[in-house]
Amino acid sequence: MTIGLAHYLTVAAILFTIGIFGIFLNRKNVIVILMSIELMLLAVNINFVAFSAFLGDLIGQVFALFVLTVAAGEAAIGLAILVVYFRNRGSIAVEDINLMKG
Amino acid sequence: MIAAFFFYLLSAVAVASGVMVIASRNPVHSVLFLILAFFNAAGLFILLGAEFLAMILVVVYVGAVAVLFLFVVMMLDVDFTQLRQGMATYLPVGATIGLILLVELVLVLGTWNITPGAIKTISEPLGGVTNTQALGLILYTKYSYYFQAAGLVLLVAMIGAIVLTLRHKPYVRRQDIRAQVARNPATSIEIRKVQPGQGI
Repeated sequence: MTIGLAHYLTVAAILFTIGIFGIFLNRKNVIVILMSIELMLLAVNINFVAFSAFLGDLIGQVFALFVLTVAAGEAAIGLAILVVYFRNRGSIAVEDINLMKG
Repeated sequence: MIAAFFFYLLSAVAVASGVMVIASRNPVHSVLFLILAFFNAAGLFILLGAEFLAMILVVVYVGAVAVLFLFVVMMLDVDFTQLRQGMATYLPVGATIGLILLVELVLVLGTWNITPGAIKTISEPLGGVTNTQALGLILYTKYSYYFQAAGLVLLVAMIGAIVLTLRHKPYVRRQDIRAQVARNPATSIEIRKVQPGQGI
């Protein structure tokens, strides 16, 4: 049997759903939430590359490259904020992050 | 046939390690499973003919982002078992929303097809050259501004991360070049008359 576009899209959809589910499941742990976001971006990239390959258009891969760039920057900034937060408060629990709640 | 076998193998391992990322007890194991998921996604990219992106995925994600996660997980002294409490209360709502989303995505996939007109709008067809060469041919010419913008995003992220985590410790003695250069004999040498038999 041949592997079509729908196969890749299904894998990407499952990975994206795992990412969403991970955000809800680990609502206290910011590190795992960041990892879930990385999983979702990976699923988006799989979609882009699959469409690029099956439509024969290279732009999908160019855009996947930019998504990769933004994901790397997002991870760096997110983890830096996490380190600063831990330094100030001594905890990374999400429910403690309510200083600006008013 | 070989391609189908590898597709199922890579995607099964990717999905399984994705589940382990969110379900594992130890965050270090989560990061390691994330690395495994990225490796398998890189394999899927190779199956799709996107070798350059596969290598970039391994270099950027496994080499940089995952190691960054590993550093932060090991650097923070956090009681992770305490962070996992209350997971059972979040499980039903998370499972409901995840299931709804998955059903929606499957419904979209089931009724979806490419219109014939979409093929005509292709602007950058895959040529006869290799994947890396084809990407370079359009990335540095037609999309050079976007490429520069991506570099700017990385620059801002780098500066932001440095500014956020840099801290000056007040008790560390540092070299003060301005004070050193501004010294003159009047301020740095003190002449005292020492009497014989007495100290200073």
